[in-house]
Amino acid sequence: MTAVLLEGVSKVFNAGRADEVTALTAVDLTVERGEFVTLIGPSGCGKSTLLRLVGDLTQPSTGTVTVAGKPAATARADQEYGIAFQQAGLFEWRTVQRNVELPLELRGTSKRERRERAREMLDLVGLGDFAGHYPAQLSGGMQQRVAIARALAVHPPLLLMDEPFGALDEMTRERLQDELLRICASTGTSTIFVTHSIPEAVYLSDRVVVMSARPGRITEVVPIDLGPRTEATRQSPGFFTGITKVRRALRGEAVPAGATS
Amino acid sequence: MNRRGRLVLGALGAVVVGVLLWEGYKAVGDPDGTMLFGTRILPRTDDGAMPHVWTILSRFGDPELSGGDPIWLVVLQACLFTLRSVALGFVAGGLIGLLLAVLMQRLRIVERGLLPYVILSQTVPLIALAPVIAGWGGRLSIGAYPWQPWMSVTVIAMYLAFFPVAVGMLRGLQSPAPIAEELMRSYAAGWWQTLVKLRLPASTPYLFPALRLAAAAAVVGAVVGEISTGTRGGVGRLVIEYSREATTDPAKVFTAMIGAAALGLAVAALIGFSEFLLRRRRVRA
Ligand SMILES: Nc1ncnc2c1ncn2[C@@H]1O[C@H](COP(=O)(O)OP(=O)(O)OP(=O)(O)O)[C@@H](O)[C@H]1O
Ligand SMILES: [Mg+2]
Repeated sequence: MTAVLLEGVSKVFNAGRADEVTALTAVDLTVERGEFVTLIGPSGCGKSTLLRLVGDLTQPSTGTVTVAGKPAATARADQEYGIAFQQAGLFEWRTVQRNVELPLELRGTSKRERRERAREMLDLVGLGDFAGHYPAQLSGGMQQRVAIARALAVHPPLLLMDEPFGALDEMTRERLQDELLRICASTGTSTIFVTHSIPEAVYLSDRVVVMSARPGRITEVVPIDLGPRTEATRQSPGFFTGITKVRRALRGEAVPAGATS
Repeated sequence: MNRRGRLVLGALGAVVVGVLLWEGYKAVGDPDGTMLFGTRILPRTDDGAMPHVWTILSRFGDPELSGGDPIWLVVLQACLFTLRSVALGFVAGGLIGLLLAVLMQRLRIVERGLLPYVILSQTVPLIALAPVIAGWGGRLSIGAYPWQPWMSVTVIAMYLAFFPVAVGMLRGLQSPAPIAEELMRSYAAGWWQTLVKLRLPASTPYLFPALRLAAAAAVVGAVVGEISTGTRGGVGRLVIEYSREATTDPAKVFTAMIGAAALGLAVAALIGFSEFLLRRRRVRA
């Protein structure tokens, strides 16, 4: 079954006005169950917009968005996905722990289970000691990790992540990449992940979707086949080949045969 | 502790400065007031217009009328009487303001249609409004209980108190960042859940300033309401009564005015204290 299906999707902001922006045109994209798909492209090419369309946080101007076999609006109502935005977006009046508990609270999870799950997720992102702190007491990168923990806490079948690791140091970043892959693999989670880092895209993905701006569109889809990730993967020739392919695609060079969206 | 110490010091300093200004001007000012181009721009400084601070203070200890209760007791009782209208008007006005804010936040149309009237309501002169409210009230009764004059005063206090809460809370409820609203949307949270989990907690920074304004407005409304409806028993009435004796007993009216000011301060302090308690609980939680 496909997790996400976009057919002929376009998005125009402020249609008919002087400040009209075509954020996306003619986007066709399929994400299979359990697949990890990364969006990469220059700033302003519509990556966040694409993610928000999948999450039914904004509606397409044309085309259809199907999530888990349902229209996006139904999927949202059924809480089929978890999302981590480009900004952390924590509630400053809640402690770190209670921020992570928020989605569980809204699902009516029992208090004890909420607490356990939030603890588990905070340990995962390395913030177990900060459960009682308020967001304002954390650095930007730490806040971002709380937001990631919050998105993961409900074990959603689909994860939408918008540059979640952007504000993190390299060590934390690599550790969280591995953790994310482990979680997604063990729970069969499908993921759409936005990043500006080519190595990150290649390391994480089954497919890298390369986009370009003005108007925002998918120019190429680069399949990555690195097998199960290990310590050695980041040094493997296949990894570097992948990086080269994606970099070429971003520059708009050499379209490899068979690469369609 | 240090901060609180400085706060107390500041408050005391303000009182001292006020007294010094009063007595200083009284000492150097022209007894007939300072005139500029035929207009008096500063008040007279004779004992009739500006009694000495100690005269006013000692007046608190003397009986109201010869042989009656001491004036501090009379003023205190009047303040407590007014406090009932203030408290009820403040609570009712706050609730109405909150309700209006929620309604306006919920429906854009309501905001467009209602907000101008909310603002307009505050431009009606209170002096004109008070007799109208008293007049309407006179024809009402709550069950078996006839309408009391102090109820009109309460309604006037409420009428002034709801406004800052309505406007402040509307801003507070609209304050969450779009990303926070989208997050709630992504959780398929309904309107009520978004209100309780996001909008209300996000609006507390707006709530307390609004409540402080509302408390001050309730005090002003109650005192002015008492004055313009002539309601007996409250401190507003005392101000009127005592000002009639201004020529024979000039310090007397100031005791009532200090009483009214103290009432406002007490109510503001109460709000400040509840804010302090809430803050502390949040930090501990
Ligand atoms: N709410 C909006 N109203 C008007 N224009 C918008 C809105 N949201 C996005 N846009 C426009 O759509 C385009 C794509 O924006 P989007 O945020 O999706 O880019 P992005 O690829 O996520 O960029 P970045 O990498 O910088 O995050 C931009 O030109 C932006 O100006
Ligand atoms: Mg973006």
